[in-house]
Amino acid sequence: MLTTNIAPIMFQKLKRNVIRDRFLAGINSMLLPIIGILIFVVLWASVAKNIDTSLGVFPGPTQVWEQSFNLVDEHNRQQEKAEAFYERQEKRNAQRLAVDSDYVATLKVFTGAPTFFDQIWTSLYTVTVGFFVASIIAVPLGILCGLSKTTYAAINPLIQLFKPVSPLAWLPLVTMVVSAVYVSDEPMFAKSFITSAVTVSLCCLWPTLINTAVGVSSIDKDLINVSKVLRLNAFNHILKIVLPSSIPAIFTGLRLSLGIGWMVLIAAEMLAQNPGLGKFVWDEFQNGSSESLARIMVAVLTIGVIGFILDRLMLSVQRYVSWDKSVSLR
Amino acid sequence: MNKLIKTQTSRVQRHLELSDVGIDFPTPKGPFTALKNVSLKISKGEFISLIGHSGCGKSTVLNIVAGLYQATTGGVILDNDEVNEPGPERAVVFQNHSLLPWLSVYKNVELAVKQTRNGRSRAEIKEWVQHNLDLVHMTHAADKLPSEISGGMKQRVGIARALSMEPKVLLMDEPFGALDALTRAHLQDSVMEIHAALGNTVIMITHDVDEAVLLSDRIVMMTNGPAATIGEILDIDLERPRNRLEMTNNLQYNQYRHAVLKFLYEKQNKIRTVSSVKPDIKQSKKKSSSAA
Repeated sequence: MLTTNIAPIMFQKLKRNVIRDRFLAGINSMLLPIIGILIFVVLWASVAKNIDTSLGVFPGPTQVWEQSFNLVDEHNRQQEKAEAFYERQEKRNAQRLAVDSDYVATLKVFTGAPTFFDQIWTSLYTVTVGFFVASIIAVPLGILCGLSKTTYAAINPLIQLFKPVSPLAWLPLVTMVVSAVYVSDEPMFAKSFITSAVTVSLCCLWPTLINTAVGVSSIDKDLINVSKVLRLNAFNHILKIVLPSSIPAIFTGLRLSLGIGWMVLIAAEMLAQNPGLGKFVWDEFQNGSSESLARIMVAVLTIGVIGFILDRLMLSVQRYVSWDKSVSLR
Repeated sequence: MNKLIKTQTSRVQRHLELSDVGIDFPTPKGPFTALKNVSLKISKGEFISLIGHSGCGKSTVLNIVAGLYQATTGGVILDNDEVNEPGPERAVVFQNHSLLPWLSVYKNVELAVKQTRNGRSRAEIKEWVQHNLDLVHMTHAADKLPSEISGGMKQRVGIARALSMEPKVLLMDEPFGALDALTRAHLQDSVMEIHAALGNTVIMITHDVDEAVLLSDRIVMMTNGPAATIGEILDIDLERPRNRLEMTNNLQYNQYRHAVLKFLYEKQNKIRTVSSVKPDIKQSKKKSSSAA
């Protein structure tokens, strides 16, 4: 009798506890990051005021906030200009066609300076291509290295030699090689794009290659024995045993690669004056107006946010591909 | 001892034969002889247990029969063919189940069936997978991942996978070693049931004296390494089907049990004390004397 009376009360109490725990967890996951960011912004604002540079006072959060809107406005204005340009061109061509029906219209591309958002787009495009090219080479090569000790022994010295090389050391060589080799009358890609993408690729190769090789070589020996007993052929062995078990390692490598690639790209664009966010930063620095530092700061924050988003994207791809949903992915 | 083997083979036809098998493992100090002069003839449908102390090379024998290790001397012949590489006709049930963790129970068995399809159509493959899951009573969890089922269930699926390859010989490497006593008893009963129904030749490694006596037709007792070999072979002449409860009161059963225990804890202990120079042997001596 007593227990039947107590049970609902106990249950209620338990339920309340669950709700409270969830609430606390919610606070932890939302509130703490916000507090962290707030502290950073306050510190930034108070320190920035006291730094006097030759380009004026170091920009605080407010100036950076304003500049970000300026950059949006500039982009919109540039787009309006471009639209106007194409409209004029179309009209002119139509008029000439009316006069002379044999006239072949030459379509010119608008040549206004690329805005901040154009540069973001260029950088994103370049890093994606460079990263994909590197991954397409690195994953199969890594699997090969992981499966065969002979291949690994042959390739390992090269990996160790080239892994620590800074991308900027590659850049002059890549630039010269691309100029010499990539010669065509109607280039599909700009040379600057190829240079940047190849530089990114060269640096993206290593983390994926090494992590894949390590992942593949550390597959559970029993699973390999299962494959042997079943007499799986090489293709099925890789598809059914090797790839699924090394997916976590491969993705660790891919995420490291993408992060490095994004950092490398910005540096390469700054140094080589190739279009992209790096060039934007460098141009602003050379421009040296009182607004430059704030605009550079906008670029810095944008680079950070994009890097973060790229990593999260890779993470969600990993979540989608990986069989082990229970493992917490960081 | 040799006489014993001879009397054995005279009455059985040739099916699986280990002749003079030995294996050396390379070490920095030179080759280490793990096994020496292992000769054994097994007839079709026989249930053989390999028993011995840890590290005596039971698993090595099994791996050589499986083709996962290559014998340095001698060889294994199965139905007149020499064993050179692993293959589905010598299916292995691994100690820790070794299911592919990313495949469901069904898909794990299906992989084996597809690989050894023997000209089956798609519908027949499905039926055969179901049939083998049914043999081990696991149809209810067909869509579960290995991580979602218990250790005993995983081992059942491992057995189903091995059976689905329709092996000539089923090799079991301490299949129930990692399970609790109750689950182990259940699985032993299942294995007896399946063995009675299918009549596969089985070689099972075990540490468990009761398990060996209950399941086997013959118990092969191995001496301690290095250079381990077959010490004694014990015929188990108990009527099948065997019931574990009845067996506890069966005089013959207890005599067999006693014989195995005597081999493991008396005869093998003595041999070790004589040659207890090497450090790794000392260690196993400690282990066994505490167990005795």
